[in-house]
Amino acid sequence: MSDSSLPPSLYAAREPIFPKRVSGKFRTLKWWIMGLTLAIYYLTPWIRWDRGPNLPDQAVLIDMAGRRFYFFWIEIWPHEFYFVAGLLIMAGLGLFLFTSALGRVWCGYTCPQTVWTDLFILVERWIEGDRNARVRLWNADWSLRKFRLRMTKWIVWLIISVATGGAWVFYFADAPTLLMDLATFSAAPIAYTTIAVLTATTFVFGGFMREQVCIYMCPWPRIQGAMMDEGTLTVAYRDWRGEPRGKHRKAEGAENLGDCIDCMACVNVCPTGIDIRDGQQMECITCALCIDACDDIMSKIGKERGLIDYLALSDEPLERAGQPPRPVWQHIFRLRTMIYTALWALIGVGLIWALFVRSDIGLSVEPVRNPQFVTLSDGSIRNSYALRIRNLTGDDRTFRIMLTSEDILRINVETDGPNENHVTVPANETLNARVYVTARPQDPAATQEVTDFRFWVEDVAGEARESADTIFNGRDQ
Amino acid sequence: MSDAPKTDDITGIDTTGHEWDGIQELNNPLPRWWLWTFYITIIWGVGYTIAYPAWPLVSSATAGLIGYSTRGEVAQEIARVDAQNAEVAERLANADLAALPVDDPAYAYGVSGGSAVFASHCSQCHGSGAAGAVGYPNLLDDDWLWGGSLEEIEYTVRHGIRNETDFDARWSEMPAFGDILTEDEIAQTAEYVLSISGQEHDSALAALGETPYLDNCAACHGDNGEGIRDLGAPKLNDAIWLYGGSREAITYTINNARFGVMPPWGQRLDEDEIKAVTLYLHQLGGGE
Repeated sequence: MSDSSLPPSLYAAREPIFPKRVSGKFRTLKWWIMGLTLAIYYLTPWIRWDRGPNLPDQAVLIDMAGRRFYFFWIEIWPHEFYFVAGLLIMAGLGLFLFTSALGRVWCGYTCPQTVWTDLFILVERWIEGDRNARVRLWNADWSLRKFRLRMTKWIVWLIISVATGGAWVFYFADAPTLLMDLATFSAAPIAYTTIAVLTATTFVFGGFMREQVCIYMCPWPRIQGAMMDEGTLTVAYRDWRGEPRGKHRKAEGAENLGDCIDCMACVNVCPTGIDIRDGQQMECITCALCIDACDDIMSKIGKERGLIDYLALSDEPLERAGQPPRPVWQHIFRLRTMIYTALWALIGVGLIWALFVRSDIGLSVEPVRNPQFVTLSDGSIRNSYALRIRNLTGDDRTFRIMLTSEDILRINVETDGPNENHVTVPANETLNARVYVTARPQDPAATQEVTDFRFWVEDVAGEARESADTIFNGRDQ
Repeated sequence: MSDAPKTDDITGIDTTGHEWDGIQELNNPLPRWWLWTFYITIIWGVGYTIAYPAWPLVSSATAGLIGYSTRGEVAQEIARVDAQNAEVAERLANADLAALPVDDPAYAYGVSGGSAVFASHCSQCHGSGAAGAVGYPNLLDDDWLWGGSLEEIEYTVRHGIRNETDFDARWSEMPAFGDILTEDEIAQTAEYVLSISGQEHDSALAALGETPYLDNCAACHGDNGEGIRDLGAPKLNDAIWLYGGSREAITYTINNARFGVMPPWGQRLDEDEIKAVTLYLHQLGGGE
């Protein structure tokens, strides 16, 4: 508390953080996850997948202009966007599941912000040295050496950023072609703009903003509270074992102290610059590096590991009473996580089922309402229909258009083909056909108000067929 | 209201010194970069209002430094589309419609462009779906007063019908037989017309109507009511009636005569627009 009459500042500068290198099982796991996620991100657009001559051969491609999404053997049309919606719901439920079981495990291990920050810190450490060297460099006055180190680091960061922004656009066009276009400055302006924006965000977020993104920009830390409960495993400090903390100097009487020797190893490795010993806090992304750091120290001083560990709040009373915590599986298999898993699996099974039963012909019928019918000179009643026929395969196909009730309705499809009522739909395209259906003056369909009937579209070369129900308007309106 | 800041007992965080009804505010300082971002958005906002039209004045608004206007953008967009279509429009304007293949780009351009021309110039009388109304022909059916070939449709669109502004307009006019025939003869003729169009009728009366029909009507409508296109005289032996096919409607038409007028669109539309609307009409289901 200050005696100054000036009000306190409502703004604070960012405290620089210099995470120290650490090794251990969680660090190793994080290296593997980092390698895997980065490899998926950078390499996926370059995987080829043969779909025949009419379709692109890129395994994962979001073709905005052609309005198709290709994923290996799956091709999604705009009218099948529910697959994407379903996947997003599954991703959401998956996030809920992992958060309720293991806290912010997404944040700590797989979030792009964490992965790229980790990568940028790795580069920083290679060039400027570990924590102490970086602190010294930070405090040092500008010199040729500091300038050289900073420039080297920034240039490497920039190269990574360009590669990151660059990889993004390859998902939206044929990667080898686009790379050539980009290199020869003949790609679309939007490609360069996208790369520039993503390069800038990668460079700034990974190099300079880091934990500020997690703390002030990301909504997830605020939402996570609803996903976690006392049974959730999160990174925590066993204060009943560690406290009172002290340096264990012989003169001070180490027998009254807890296991924590206040070495600050957990604080020094933390990428968000917090002290896990203060308890669960919003800034903690549960990256578990403090566990590795503390375990390392505990091993060195010959004490039991796990002073900082994955812990659940519900185990705290047990442990304080000297009992062992509940086993890990009891924390993971709880009613809540099982409900999340069941919902997640339900949607997954539904999507897979939908994927297998979906037809490779798409048919939708729109009766023309303006006018509802046309009287022809012989008194016949004619209705017209707009048929959209989608050929969801990689080959051109010819379809025959038919009706269920041909005894009362005659059909006439406007085509130039040699065969009556046949239309050819090119590979991977949609054809709009106008179809006239006529009822003779004495047919019931001509005199009734409405007659139900069904359109059939049949592949003349195969067995595939698809139907759509619609109505015929008679003159009795 | 603002007291000296003090430390909150529970959280150990300083207060801002602000207090409302005993509620105090903890000072969890925002990052300074956030403040700078806020200032930058303000500067951006001011710059935006200088660059773009923004501040209202008495009769207009500031124009903005970069000279942007939504109206100008529309004009640019229209000019761009026009330039893009110039070649195909030219191709359509010079095309012989009867020889134009369906897969020619000019055909697709004509049909979609013709639909727009129809919507803005023709739909007022013929209906947005081209189904017509009483006195305004249905353009979807297989019955044409003046012909439904591409050539005939184009002529009708270009010169119109019974108008006094185009010498080449199609022209014919039915006399009002109320002044010529007696009431009985008109009733007999109407009954005869009902009979040749296959509707319910009084056979005895219809038989009496044959003579007045042949004497007065057949010259234009044909001996069997088959109509004569050169005269724009409608068929009387089919199911399609421009002014209604009931006994009352037919009697009224014989008495007073009815006909419509269509303006010559050749004086208002461009050549490619005429061809476009012709193509559009021809493919609606009734084209010959």
